[in-house]
Formats: sequence, structure tokens, C-alpha cells
Amino acid sequence: MNDTARSLLLTVCCALGVFAFGARAHAAFVVQITRGQTVAIPIAIVPFAANAGAPAFDVAAVVSHDLDGSARFKSMDRKDMIDLPHTGAQIVFDDWKRLNVDYVLVGSLSRPAPGRVDVSFELYNVLTQQRLLGYQIHTDDAGLRLASHQISDKVFEAILGIRGAFATRIAYVLVLGKIPHQTFQLVVADADGENPQVVMQSGEPLMSPAWSPDGKQLAYVSFEDKLPSIYVQTLKTGARQLVSATAGVNQAPAWSPHGHRLAVTLSNRAGNLDVFVRDLATHALTRITHNPGIDTEPQWAPDGNSLYFTSDRDGGPQIFEVSLTPGSRPRRITFQGSYNARPRLSPDGSHLAFVTRVGGDFRIATLDLEGNGGMRVLTHGVFDESPSYAPNGAEIIYATHQHGRGVLALVSTDGRVQQTLVSPEGDVEEPVWGPYGSE
Amino acid sequence: MKRLTAITLMLTGALALAGCHGKTAVKGQPTSATEVPAGATTGGAGGAGTSMTPMNGANGGSLQAVAQNGNNVPREQRTIYFDFDKSEIQPKYEPIIAAHAQTLIANPGLRIRLEGNTDDRGSREYNIGLGERRAQAVRRALMLQGVADSQIETVSYGAERPAVEGDNPEAWTMNRRVDMVYLP
Repeated sequence: MNDTARSLLLTVCCALGVFAFGARAHAAFVVQITRGQTVAIPIAIVPFAANAGAPAFDVAAVVSHDLDGSARFKSMDRKDMIDLPHTGAQIVFDDWKRLNVDYVLVGSLSRPAPGRVDVSFELYNVLTQQRLLGYQIHTDDAGLRLASHQISDKVFEAILGIRGAFATRIAYVLVLGKIPHQTFQLVVADADGENPQVVMQSGEPLMSPAWSPDGKQLAYVSFEDKLPSIYVQTLKTGARQLVSATAGVNQAPAWSPHGHRLAVTLSNRAGNLDVFVRDLATHALTRITHNPGIDTEPQWAPDGNSLYFTSDRDGGPQIFEVSLTPGSRPRRITFQGSYNARPRLSPDGSHLAFVTRVGGDFRIATLDLEGNGGMRVLTHGVFDESPSYAPNGAEIIYATHQHGRGVLALVSTDGRVQQTLVSPEGDVEEPVWGPYGSE
Repeated sequence: MKRLTAITLMLTGALALAGCHGKTAVKGQPTSATEVPAGATTGGAGGAGTSMTPMNGANGGSLQAVAQNGNNVPREQRTIYFDFDKSEIQPKYEPIIAAHAQTLIANPGLRIRLEGNTDDRGSREYNIGLGERRAQAVRRALMLQGVADSQIETVSYGAERPAVEGDNPEAWTMNRRVDMVYLP
């Protein structure tokens, strides 16, 4: 289990199709809402006014797309609006009441100085005429899409009481081309699938992207040398470090809560997979599991004191938890069903999402780790895999198949809203939702 | 390159060169039509009525080809297929393993990479474990026949390197496999 001659922490910049932000990927995703809750809240997102010198960016279109995409809101069609207020004082509440709108968002863009943009917005409850939000965002032209997502976050929270996660990012693997001549891309995009950037490209498989807790780096597995290695790549610069290239398997990187350590899966010469922890500063390697079965897919508890992982030590794959205190024995967590794998923890640590097999179908389930909620199967697919929680814990993004293609899907953690994100080309795999601050 | 030349000389016939190059493209060498298993459509997904069943290829003539040509033999002569969630080698593949073992024993300078694969259902990282277990099963079978450990390399691609596309049992059957690839 020693490191091979391939040196540790070798920094390679911009080699082998490694990109800093800037490489534009494919066009945007198409959102299909496959199951929605019965009542979507009617809201009017009035087109923002552009004051003298302000850019013509359509903030309202981005906010509408975000809120409609959540399936919890139904934004009013612009052509049905009878006037276009951009401050609260201009809103004629009786008109909006007659149009059956519960909330109105108004706003404007202005240019306080060259290169700078201020975005003002106000949210009103039509029935009570109460002002729920009133903010000004100071940004620049390049920051307007992010500012729009931040407005969506504020509106979502003001009305639903749940922090929005629109101003965050996702990472996923995009596979292009036909067997055996495929191209594997690691892509980072806005949470709505817009603004996709290719950060790594290879003719060999890329796997298991994992966001650092600060949202600035991705760890992932690359088979670029035909054998698996784990790299950590800084998104802003494209610089990357080789962090694990031991003989055999190097898989399933998972960041510790403070980002100082990486849990990984390694194998010995006999091919036995076990979970290890690599200290990123000292490079010290600590073995966590000791079992002849497959032990893999480690995931940290929020306190950093234990790991969840998949093991088939009892037969089929099941999820276990092990304390990092030396000598601790793993404790089995899942008992329902013959196949439970790839555990992912909710941001508050209260639930586990994972892949479960129901009959011959693979679906996404959650397990209540604290109360008596038990296990709940949230999805209804056949090929559902790779769940990842949104940083607000309200949704899970996962991968599935649609008409033979790999696509992304979202399900709310209450199971009521389900959507599919269809990429215009290729197979999309292994989505991972970045933390807040991963803009 | 010197080592490769030496290996080439040890193998019989001019055909050996292409085999030893593995996946590396060789000038003037046609791209391998042998990548597609017999019975599979070249489009991959497999239209209605197309059946894809792994062949064991266990007849004398084919095994002679294995011994002489390394990678340059039909896929079914260098691929071992597995049942769902299983890593046991079925008896029908023993002649193929024996043929590769003979080749490796007769040519101690030859090295082989055993590439473990799974179908693409379920958890990707767990599938890496399953693919590794399958590659190890073939490694042990070769070593039991007398092949030196130093001649064998294993890698698991899990579900990442399917042989054929398709969300159907035929495709899954073709993808649960270990490919034996001779290294340059």
C-alpha cells in the first residue's frame, strides 16, 4: 500500500485538458418537471427597469426560470401583465389581486460608476400589501447572473422559509461520443445547469467529483494513465495536485468537513478495497476499515468524527458507520432491502441519501438517522444513482437514464417535486451539488 | 521498444507485432474490427431481434490464435463474462484462461492487464469494487495455472468502460466482463 514512484502532490497546470474557468461547454439543459406538487404559488416577476447606462440583462427571466424550475412557484407570463412597475410605490395591488397573483417582485438596474451595476429589488405580498424584501445588490456586468440567482434565493426564503440554493453550483461528468472513442469531461455549472464550464477533459474515464467544503476545489478520480488516480483541482486556476496513486484502486474521494483530510478507497495487491484517510498537509495515511469485503464510498459525518461507507461484508452492499477513534467497530445502518450503496449525508447530518434496489430497479432513498422516520424511497426510476443533497437540504440531485441517455434529475426531499434536466448531448453522470459559496 | 522487439521475436509469425501493441494505434494497422463481439450490431444499442450472447470461443483453432496473437484475437477469446453481482469464473471459460496462461508462461517477458468491468446499474464506486473482484478472480485463475504474478496487472473500470451501449439485459450481459489486454 506504499505510494508508487508517481510522486505525491505533483502540481500540474493546464496539462492534459485541465482548464481554469473559462472553457465554455455545451448549451444549457432543458428542465422537465415530471411530478409537481398540486399547488404552485402564483408570483409576478416584473421585468426589471434599466436606468440610464444600465445593462439590458434580463434579471426577471433568470428569477422566473429559477422559481418555475423549483416547481413550487408559477410565474406569470409577461404578456398577461397590465403594467410594469419597478418600485413598490408603482404597484397597483388591486390589479394584481384580480390577476390572481399572490406575490409581486419588482426591481431595476442602474450604473453608479463605470463597470459597476446596482440591482434593486422589492418583494410584496399582494393580499396584505406588505413589503417582504427590499435590497440592493452591488455587482458588475459579469455578476448579473449570480445576482439574479441571489434574488431567487431571497424570494424563495421569504415565501417558503427555506434558504434557496439557486446561487450555487453543481459539478458532473459528461461523456461524449460513442464506444470505444469517448471523451470524458468534468463540468461545473450553475445550479440551474446554465453557464457550464469544462474543467477537465480526458479520453479515459473521470469519476466521483467531490467539492471541497469551501467550494474552491474539486477532488476526482482520473484514469488518464489507464489506472485510477485521485487529483485535487483548484477551479479558479486549473492547477491540480495528484493526491493518491497507489498501486491498485484509488477511488471515492470525500473531503472532511474542514477540508484538511480526504477519505479515499484503496486496494491491496489481492484487490481488497478498504477505506483510508489521507491528511492533505502531512500526507499521512490512516487505514479505517479492515475487512475482506468491498469497503468503499466513504462520507464524513458533519462533526468529522465518523465515516459512513458502503460494504458488502454481510453479503450484498449495505451502509455502515465507523467512528474514527482507533479500534472502533463499524455499525450497520441500513437493513431494508438487499442493495443500499453510495451514502450521502444531508447538510444538517439528519438524513442519509443513497441508492437502493427495489426489485430490479435502482432508486434513490433516504434514511432518517435521528428519529423514527425510517427509510423512504423517493424516486421511481430504473437507473437512478449518485444522489447529492442541495446545500439547503431541500432537494437531491441524482443521475438517471432517459431514452437510453444519462440525464440529471432532481427530487425534493419530501418527494413531492421531481424534475429532469436533459443535456443537449452526451451522457451526464455523477452530479454533485457544491456548498454555499461555490459561486 | 527493445523489450517489445524481443517479445515479438519470441512469438510465432509476423502477426504477433500488432497483438503486442495493445490499444496503441499502429500505423497501417486497420482499426480493430474485432472489438465488437460476434452477434452484436456495430451501432451498439442492439436493435430488435439482435441477440448478443457471450461466446466462449473454446475450440482448438481459436485457442491457437490466442496463443499466437495476443490482443489481435476476437474479443470473445480474451474476455471472460460474469453473472450479475458475481465474480466466480464459469467453467466454460477455463479453456480461454488456460490458453492465455500458456501464452504467458511460454513468454515470461509478456505482461497482461486484466480490466474488470460491470454493467452500468447501481452505484458507480461499488461497481469499481465489483470490477476489481472480477479482475482478481481471473488473476488468481492465471496464477493457479503457473503464470507469474509479475506478468499480471489489474484495473477496475467498473461501469465506466462498457463494451456495448444499451439499457437492456443483453447489453448488461456483454458489459459484465474482464478484458485481457496484452501490454506493450
